[in-house]
Amino acid sequence: MPIIEVKNLTKKFGDFTAVNNVSFSVEKGEIFAFLGPNGAGKTTTIKMLTTLLDPTLGEVKINNFNLKNERDNVRRSFGIVFQDPSLDDDLTAYENMEFHAILYGHNKADRTPRIEELLKLVDLWDRRKEMVKNFSGGMKRRLEIARSLIHTPKIIFLDEPTVGLDPQTRNHIWSYVVNLSKKEGVTVFLTTHYMEEADKMADRVVIIDHGKIIGSGTPDELKTSTSTNSLEEAFLKLTGSAIRSDEASSVDQLRSHAKMWGRK
Amino acid sequence: MNTIYVLWLRQLKKYSRSTPRIIGSLGQPLLFLLVFGFGFGKIFEKAGGGNYIQFLVPGIVAMAVVFTAIFGGIELIWDRQFGFLKETMVAPVSRFSIMLGRAFGGATVSVIQGAAVLVISFFIGFKMSNFLMIFPALIFMFLTAFFFTALGTAIASKLTDMQAFPIIMNFLVMPLFFLSGSIFPLNTAPTALQVLGKLDPLSYGIDGLRYAFIGISANSPWTDFLVLAGFSVAILFIGKYLFEKMEA
Repeated sequence: MPIIEVKNLTKKFGDFTAVNNVSFSVEKGEIFAFLGPNGAGKTTTIKMLTTLLDPTLGEVKINNFNLKNERDNVRRSFGIVFQDPSLDDDLTAYENMEFHAILYGHNKADRTPRIEELLKLVDLWDRRKEMVKNFSGGMKRRLEIARSLIHTPKIIFLDEPTVGLDPQTRNHIWSYVVNLSKKEGVTVFLTTHYMEEADKMADRVVIIDHGKIIGSGTPDELKTSTSTNSLEEAFLKLTGSAIRSDEASSVDQLRSHAKMWGRK
Repeated sequence: MNTIYVLWLRQLKKYSRSTPRIIGSLGQPLLFLLVFGFGFGKIFEKAGGGNYIQFLVPGIVAMAVVFTAIFGGIELIWDRQFGFLKETMVAPVSRFSIMLGRAFGGATVSVIQGAAVLVISFFIGFKMSNFLMIFPALIFMFLTAFFFTALGTAIASKLTDMQAFPIIMNFLVMPLFFLSGSIFPLNTAPTALQVLGKLDPLSYGIDGLRYAFIGISANSPWTDFLVLAGFSVAILFIGKYLFEKMEA
């Protein structure tokens, strides 16, 4: 029984189809990598799976709950670390954890030991009383990972969790992730641009480009089918080597200004 | 309930830690109070209006409340830009309770800010006719604050960045403030201004405050209360609709 089941998922923004008829499934307990160049539709897909965007078409089941009409059950089933930081900088590390715990309905008796356990897991217990704005990028990421686990989710989404971090921190973060999936049986759904990380971590990989799935399988299967030696080569062979525009180019920014003023 | 509480607590914590913000948002009301209060005082008295400071303070207290409240609502945009909004949007709680929590938090902060202006105005000679009337005054301050926080939140749910903030201030908040009878009495103003004033929710908040502070008002305080409460409920439902449609 897959823990995430996606059938014919589509998202359109006006004329633009960001995610086009995508189907895949993720098995319970596996580390699943969702890869693709910039603008391929990764973040849009994650936003749909995590109830932040409504799909235009398609059916999604998460932890056996239907995304459409069992939203709160779906929301309780996953934890997420977003691509951009989502902490409150003006609160302490502990307060950020507590905020999340209360929001997810944990009473004081069960949240206090859980928060301590998780802050120790990511080596931030000693700094729990510090304001998050004084934290480095790596510390913020660790705190976000700890926070996403408070409500013991079955699935954790990691949208480019290691971007902009030094190799030491990246290693650290991946070792927490592997630990989690082994110890607590948490299913990990991740995206990354570091192909060697995906190669090392992931049990299974799906590659998406222009909103469509163009490859899937274990890293070894992908290498074999493209007759390449590394996941990076396989990725480049599948997606081509042309450089993609960044998601928020100046044109997009202009567009969002236009939207703000009510023009389409 | 928990959701509302934790969002309320968050705003209070952030507010209490931000001394520059507390001082900064006292600046404008105090400037108005001193410049208008002492600048127009004599003219107002000669025209038979009585003590201008007594007339002006309820308006300036409301100003502090409204400006803090609208900013508290617009802060939603910061939360979206800094990503924190997403954290609340993926939680298994209703959007409406998120909005209520924000509105209560913003309103509480605004009432504190208004109370601070009131305390300062005692030092420049303002007198309340009956100090026990502070309680109805706080109710009017809270309702006004709640309305404007909810209004700010509703507007912010349609905006993506802070660039629209000056427009909201100059084309919405300032007109509402000047048309509300905050710095001049509406009943001697030209008919057009009077009509606009009647449509301005803030007029009722200020009229109610004036009743509580100095015992003089244009409407019955119950009318003020009911109209303001009606506006608040209406904006709450508009906000609820916009907030539920919002995609992060």
